[in-house]
Amino acid sequence: MELHYYPGCTLKTRAKGLEDSAVAAMAALDIQLKEIERWNCCGTVYSLAEDDLAHHLAPVRNLIRAKEQGADRLGTLCSFCYHTLKRANILVRNDSAKRKTLNDFMEEEADYNGEVEVVHLLNVLKDEVGWEAVTQKVRVPLHGLKVAPYYGCTLLRPQEVAIDQVERPTILKELVEAIGGEAVDFPFATECCGSYQVVSNPNFAAQRAWEIISSAMRKGADALVLSCPLCHFNLSERQSELVQRYSDFTGMPIFYFTQLMALAFQLDSAVCHFGLERADPLPLLKSRNLVS
Amino acid sequence: MVIKKALVIGGGVAGIQAALDIADAGYEVFLVEKDSSIGGHMIQYSEVFPTLDCPQCIMTPKMVQVGQHPNIRLLAYSEVESVSGEAGNFTVQVRRKASYVNWKKCTGCGLCQTKCPVTAPAEFERWLPFGPRKAIYVPFGQAVPNKPVIDRETCRFFTQGKCKICQRLCPTGAVDYEQKETVTEINVGAIIVATGFELYAKRDIPEFAVDADIVDGIEFERILCPGGPTAGSVMRPSDRKTPREVAFISCVGSRDPEHGFPYCSRVCCMYLAKLAMLYKHAVPDGQAYIFYMDIRSTGKGYEEFVQRAVEEDEVIYLRGRASRVFRDGEKLKVWGADTLTGKRVEVSCDMVVLGMAMIPNPKGVELARKLGLATDDYGFITEAHAKLRPLETSVPGIYVAGTAQGPKDIPDSVAQASGAASKVLALLASGEAVLEKAR
Repeated sequence: MELHYYPGCTLKTRAKGLEDSAVAAMAALDIQLKEIERWNCCGTVYSLAEDDLAHHLAPVRNLIRAKEQGADRLGTLCSFCYHTLKRANILVRNDSAKRKTLNDFMEEEADYNGEVEVVHLLNVLKDEVGWEAVTQKVRVPLHGLKVAPYYGCTLLRPQEVAIDQVERPTILKELVEAIGGEAVDFPFATECCGSYQVVSNPNFAAQRAWEIISSAMRKGADALVLSCPLCHFNLSERQSELVQRYSDFTGMPIFYFTQLMALAFQLDSAVCHFGLERADPLPLLKSRNLVS
Repeated sequence: MVIKKALVIGGGVAGIQAALDIADAGYEVFLVEKDSSIGGHMIQYSEVFPTLDCPQCIMTPKMVQVGQHPNIRLLAYSEVESVSGEAGNFTVQVRRKASYVNWKKCTGCGLCQTKCPVTAPAEFERWLPFGPRKAIYVPFGQAVPNKPVIDRETCRFFTQGKCKICQRLCPTGAVDYEQKETVTEINVGAIIVATGFELYAKRDIPEFAVDADIVDGIEFERILCPGGPTAGSVMRPSDRKTPREVAFISCVGSRDPEHGFPYCSRVCCMYLAKLAMLYKHAVPDGQAYIFYMDIRSTGKGYEEFVQRAVEEDEVIYLRGRASRVFRDGEKLKVWGADTLTGKRVEVSCDMVVLGMAMIPNPKGVELARKLGLATDDYGFITEAHAKLRPLETSVPGIYVAGTAQGPKDIPDSVAQASGAASKVLALLASGEAVLEKAR
């Protein structure tokens, strides 16, 4: 099966490990991710201002690209890209007046009426591939690896774009268990990582990272797993500083869910780009005999 | 011609009151109760607001009266199967469930329960991990009738084919493993539906953890009750330690369209104030916190009662909703907002008590369907007219009382029950059923 997909900016730079491991892991499951051509920024943040239609041009333009390249569905990996594309698509579908304004503004483009379906790869894995098929591809079950699923905000809120139950999601837990790991529930799984507050108030984001990771540590987790490059940045970037500030804080590696799949499927570890990680996962993985 | 007998369905405080009023007026009443004893939810409570009476003191005399009244035929452990006919002449099939004990022979001595080798969580104690019941059991000490039933699901004889200890012990030979359920047909002129309420399940609130120390109001009533499974010592279910701090959360599910119940459950403000107060009486150096949206204390003596909780028992009221409850080691954490200061609050405590939405008893909803009674979106029975005919249902000759009609407290339930009983008496006494006439 071929699935058109939209990578987004971060997956070409810091989150290279998310993209490459996703492409490789999905290929192992016979799903070829086909990057759409001429994509642009997703818009990053879905604007809530009633009259701020200009903000929706970027995501809608990406959906137009997908449509003209014959995609009826568009796969996404980054939680933020998923969120902005999905919500902009819902806006186009439900608000005929705004749809007309957007289409009129982009007069050089063909009209777009919400024909493309935006999907997150986790939903493709759960609903189409199925956890059993995922388990069948596992060569090195992640036995002994205790991973706390972390969802953050944008995969689950608001309800109309939620990839799972809003308050008690289980989709990442199901994935972790399908590849042989032990999923650790913790109360901060759906709390915000600090998001773009990191730009104006970096200490606030560091505080969030400390709260979230400490909570997972208390529940016995070795690592977090997530799908969002921004959460990943906020949770890993300041760990070394937090270790110095709090004597009982040890920190933990932050994995993209596709990196764990690549490990379990025993794919070339180069696709994980562990060298880009600020919280080095290799000591943990070596101690669990998951890398040599 | 009107059959001068009545049927009351449901043996809680509303059904008991209605049955007694009709019986005292000289008419024969059948009282059908699905459980093996009457008493309903009220008999589970520790003390009741605003007087702090003990239900065991004020309710058991009424229960005993029901059991002994010459005009009341109590059909406990029974359910209404079907109803046909019309006002003045209903034919009702009542299914008498198999208790596996011949209640005519049983003297209620209790010997059968002493040697039963099986224990199971007690329904009456809301399945709390204190004081389990036996497989042959009477739900509580003051049960009316004081007769045991055998729970087939856990009884060793029914599950493993051998045991029969209770049968050997019974001095009157009342234990009968071969007993079958039977159907009794009765004819009555009028019916009162008083099937009561249940609480929405706390596990269905996904933002709150599922945890032994997060309990609903009735569970905490049992923990506080001097006659309850902890004999009134306040202890938390997980480790039996005395909770030093307890957080109470109002409007859980209620007044919350997101959870499907936009209505106010009407009693939670009062019973949470009461539970916090009783907790403080039991643990004077403990601290109680109540998260609330508004305080709705509109009954007689109710506002004074809430003020007493604040002033005398030093309950801390926090105006705001709780967004999340989760375990953090030994403690439970409650995240919420204090909307008076506009700040986020985190309360670290040992137990959390949830004021869950009151919903109609699911068995009552099923029954309303069988009887053809109109209900609202949530299953509460709809009155014939919201203002002027509040006791009549959409079916002539069938009346409603208590929480089957909507959330309400004990005095309102009792008043409504007496009102419904007087409607029934008017019908029985007049000797003719006048349909479609508003009185």
